[in-house]
This record gives sequence, C-alpha cells and structure tokens, in this order.
Amino acid sequence: MMVAAALYTIRRLLGRLRPLPFYVTSRFPNTLDSEQNIDQTVICFKATQVPADLVDKLERLALVDFRTREGLACLERAIRFADQLHVVDTSGVEPMDSVQEHRQLFLRGDVVTEGDCAEKLLQLSSTTEEEYFVAPPGNIPLPTREDRASMLKHS
Amino acid sequence: MTQRRPETGRALVATGNMAACAVLGTAPPLHVNKLSCLFYRKVCDVHRHGVARRFRSTRVPDQELVGVVGLEVHAQIRSSTKLFSAAEVGFSAPPNSLVSFFDASLPGTLPVLNRRCVEAAVTTALALGCTVNRKSLFDRKHYFYADLPAGYQITQQRRAVAVDGRLVYSLLGGRKRSQVQTKTVRIKQIQLEQDSGKSLHDDQRCQTLIDLNRAGVGLMELVMEPDMSCGEEAAAAVRELQLILQALGTCQGNMSEGQLRVDANVSVHRPGEALGVRTEVKNINSARFLSRAIDYEIQRQIEALERGEAVQNETRMYDSKSGHTIPMRDKEGLQDYRFMPEPNLPPLVVYEDRRSVPEGAGPGAVVLEALRESLPELPSARRGRLVRSYGLLPEHSFTLVNEDGLMEYFEAVVKETRKEPRKVIGWVTNELLGHLKQHNLSVSDCPVPPSALAELLELQEAGHISTSVAKQVLQLMWMDPGKGAQEIVREQDLGLVCDSGDLQSVCQRVLDSNPDQVRALREGNKKVFNRLMGLVQKETKGRADPVLVRRILEDKTS
Repeated sequence: MMVAAALYTIRRLLGRLRPLPFYVTSRFPNTLDSEQNIDQTVICFKATQVPADLVDKLERLALVDFRTREGLACLERAIRFADQLHVVDTSGVEPMDSVQEHRQLFLRGDVVTEGDCAEKLLQLSSTTEEEYFVAPPGNIPLPTREDRASMLKHS
Repeated sequence: MTQRRPETGRALVATGNMAACAVLGTAPPLHVNKLSCLFYRKVCDVHRHGVARRFRSTRVPDQELVGVVGLEVHAQIRSSTKLFSAAEVGFSAPPNSLVSFFDASLPGTLPVLNRRCVEAAVTTALALGCTVNRKSLFDRKHYFYADLPAGYQITQQRRAVAVDGRLVYSLLGGRKRSQVQTKTVRIKQIQLEQDSGKSLHDDQRCQTLIDLNRAGVGLMELVMEPDMSCGEEAAAAVRELQLILQALGTCQGNMSEGQLRVDANVSVHRPGEALGVRTEVKNINSARFLSRAIDYEIQRQIEALERGEAVQNETRMYDSKSGHTIPMRDKEGLQDYRFMPEPNLPPLVVYEDRRSVPEGAGPGAVVLEALRESLPELPSARRGRLVRSYGLLPEHSFTLVNEDGLMEYFEAVVKETRKEPRKVIGWVTNELLGHLKQHNLSVSDCPVPPSALAELLELQEAGHISTSVAKQVLQLMWMDPGKGAQEIVREQDLGLVCDSGDLQSVCQRVLDSNPDQVRALREGNKKVFNRLMGLVQKETKGRADPVLVRRILEDKTS
C-alpha cells in the first residue's frame, strides 16, 4: 500500500501524467519481480531516473525507505512499469477510479454492534497507560537523508 | 477536481489537541447553545471605522481596508454509530471503549458506510439549498499523526456530497438593535469525513496519550465562501447554522464539546481589489470567541499593513485568555496530503425519488424526495411565523428561537391565557428568561411550567393583581414550585385593593405628608403626579388598583 501511495505521489511530482487509477498501482508490487512483463519497446518516456532529492522527499512523505541501490532500482522499475499505460489509447474513455465503480455502495443501519474491546486493542500496543495508547509527543519529522543514514547505521 | 487549500486539513489535528485540552480539565461553559443574541449587541462597523480613521491619517488610501472572512465548519453528525464502523458515538466515555477494529486500523478491516450519516449530510444540504450530487466520491487524505491510526482520513475531495448552497442569517442592527439585517453566505460544499481521535499531551513525561473514541465519528465539513466581513457576522452565521443543525437533528451543535468546530480564514483588502493574504485562525470553541478572534485578527492585519509589513500566510491560534491570535508553531513546510481515491468504497449514489432507485439497491437507498418532505420547520421560518401569527417584533422572535425550548414555552402560555401574545412576550423574554439566566437554567429545567405562568397572567389580565405584584408572585412561584399563582396571592394577601374607602385614606395620607409635591402639581408640574402614584403603590405594596388611585388623586389635587 505504501509503495502504491508513493508511486501515486511520484506521478504527481514528476508532473508528467494524470493521476493513475488506483487499482492499477495497487496491483503493482506483485508483478514487480517479473521484469519480463514490462514491454520495454512501447515505453516512450525515458525519464525514469529519479533524482536523489526527490527520493528524499518521497521518503519523508511516505515514510518508505528507498535507501539502497536496490530500492531505487525498484522504484524506477515501478515507474517504468506504470508508464506502459501511456501506450493505451484512452481518448474518449471516461477515467475510472475503481473497478467497483458500478457496484452499489452498501449502506449500513445505524445500530451499535462493535466496540467495547479496549483491552483487546490495547494488548496490541507496546506502550499503554491506563486505557490509553501512548505515542511520542507530537510529530517527529523524518531526519534528513544524512542523519537518517547514520541513524540506521547505528541501529 | 476541487483543489483544497493545504492548510485546511490541519483542522483535524489541531482540533484533536484542542478537544484534548477540554478533557484535561479546562472547564467548558455548560450552556453554550444558549448564548442567545450576545453577538447581536456589538456593532462591527464601529470597530472597522475606528481602525480606518487611524489608517487614513498615516497614508492616504482611497478606500479603507476591510476584513474578509470565510469559515470552515466541522459539524459532528448526530448518529448512534460512527461513519464507517458500528462502534458507538459518545462523549466522555472511558478511553478507547468506543473503538472497533476498523477504528483502530487493524489490517483486514474495511469501511462500511453508515446510512444515517449520509442522510444527515443530505438533509443538511437540502436545508441549506445545496445541489446534492447524485454521485459523490470518497478519497484518502494522508497525514501522519498518532490520533489518526490509519495514517489517512477518509474524506471527499474530488466530489463532495453537496455543493453550492447558501446560509441566510440575520443581524440585529440600528440604534436600538431592532433592525433586522439579513445577510447571505455562500456554501461552497458539504463533505462527509472521519473525525480523528484525541491526544492528551503529558508534557512532564514527554508522551502523548491517545484516545480513539472519537476516531471515525462522522463529520460534515461545511466550507463557506469568504462572504463575511467581521466577527459579528461570522458569529451570527455560525449561530444560525447551529440552530439549523439542531432543528434538523443532524448535529447537536455544542461547541464546548467539540460537536461544532470552526476555523476562520481571515484577510483584509480594499473593496474592489484582490483579496489579501489570509491567515487561518484555529482553536475557537465558542461563538463569542469566534467573534473576538476574527475582529482581533482583522485589526492585527490592518495594523501590520499600516506599519508597512506584510501579512504572512500562516495558521494562528486564538488564545482566549489574552484575546489575541498567536502564530502556531511552524509545522513542516511539506504539506502534501497525497490525496488518492479510496479504493475500498465505490461511489456514493443518492436518488431523486423512489422510482429512480434501481432494483437491488435495497430499502436502504438514500432518496432525496423523502428527505426533502421530512424537513422540519427551520429557524427562519419559525421566526417568520412568530412575527406573523402573534404580531411579535422581530427581535423577540430571535430571542424565542435562540433559546432552546423557549418558543414552545411561549406558545404554551399563549394558548392558556386570554392575554394578548404581544403582552405575554415581555413576561417570557424578560421576566422568565431573566430568572433562568440568573439561575443558569435551561428552559427545560424551568421550575415554573407554562400553565402556571398562564394562571398568573390571567390573574393580572382580569385585574385581580397589579403588574408589580405579578412580578412578586412569579418570584415566589420560582422559589416554591408547585404552588399556584392564585394560592400565593391568597396566602400573602396580594390581591388588588379596590376598596375606595381604604384607598381614599391611603391617598390622603400620602398627600398630607408631601405638601411640596402637591404644590408643585397644582402649579402645573404634571410629572409629580406619577411620583405620588408611586408613593401610594409603595404604601400598599403595589396592590392598589392604579385606575382607582389615579381617580382619587386627581379628585384630591384638582
């Protein structure tokens, strides 16, 4: 899910594409390994090299780690994979958001059937206090790339 | 695609903190929905002109700077369960007791939309004259915050449930605050979204406690266009919205419990010119503070420009103690919400009428026709009806509608007495409301039921007691509920003294002991007459029949 979200962001940041239907990108991680699926000949965009500061921004946004050479290569392959979509002629076709678009959205009655399971939920948390979950104070922004690298080295 | 301004989304986070403060023990005022017409009292033009005059003396602009105010209102939907889960909605329940697995974002859980929440949003939209989108879409808006466990909020970014409405509200203006000025603010859209959990900050131990009871509660976010110009207008608009939501039953509208949360976008400009740089003011938890915060912010911006400084596009927090707005700690510049379509929810479809509901949609489909038909009488219509059918003044109709239950009380009294409604209204809005305010009670807690007040007014109308005695009796009824007006009058011997002989002697006594006044009266000073009347009433403890006293005094002094 994180990779898919990140991919969605990349597309917007690169500003080359209109937003991708989500279901396409969500399927992406499964097909990532089968590089042969990607038809290299039809890809007309070559700008799949991702600049370091863009990677940094993505990491900060998505809290996904692309640190390694493999990570970056994976990201670039992902973009290349998605770029295949440009080959398809979609003129005159209304874009879809979801394959369930024409399904009825089920509406639930307003009756309480859930909740009252604080104990069960709190068990899942490493730190709790009384009936509260405990989190660090405020948002701690992800450190800059350099600090992050040294932090991870020591961890 | 509606491009939402990046700052607006912080609402959730900030309000989370604010509400947490409330939990921590800054005592919230109890009867916030009874602010009545406090904000009608202040004249915003005075403030603005004051500022403008000062401004003119330093530089020479053609036109004065005026404030421009737009609001974003988050209204908690009044429902039994949350927007996407069947966990209960409740205020001040034990922490994390009202949380489902979905609300805690456990893997494998999916959102199931609550029909009641959709109907509440659509009903509100209809009452505000919005165009309801037949098809609306859900999106994910990402932010990383501990009280938002999924890391995103499900909201409606691309196509909201309703757009293009208007809120008509009124201000009382003019010298005697009796002129009703009607204004309109456009409503850009109404969207459904999830509320966040609450964070309690423990500074000493450097940690944050998270309560997810509120996480996932349904919100209607109403985005208003910048059509207002001062705090008084904004407060009146919010008050009207509050009344509408309460009449519809779609939101309880209690600001101190965070059921209605308002963020204000404030800028200043010269009329006709482009809008100035705006700031967003948060942390406003009452209508009075809203008005003050906005007026402070307008003045601050005008003064900044006056000094030749620029207004920064920033988020500011209202500090109710100092009455100032202060910049919030600079959050990270990166504010990309990574909006994306919510993959787990197909589009939400509402239907115009029963016939257009396709087969298979089930009985649960949301039908506009049915919701439109069940719209209750709205506050503006109520006021209009009160003015028309009882001949009340508009300001009285405001007081009756503003106070929860007061209109019903008034109508019940009118039904049981022959007294004219126009005479009853003073008793209800002055005497009764005064007593209620003094004892900090709501109408539903009033110890004097409408029938008892009606009985009292009957006695006065029939001439059995005087007005001042009636007021005394009301006081006694208040202290000793259950005792009828008639009973009190009999016990305390408060009935009107109509005996001519008794009154003759009282009047004579008063005249004898005030020879100066009598002389003044005979010399033509007519004002003295009322003073003598007053003295007679004082002697009789307000029980003397005023008509008789007048006649006797006239006879004796002519």
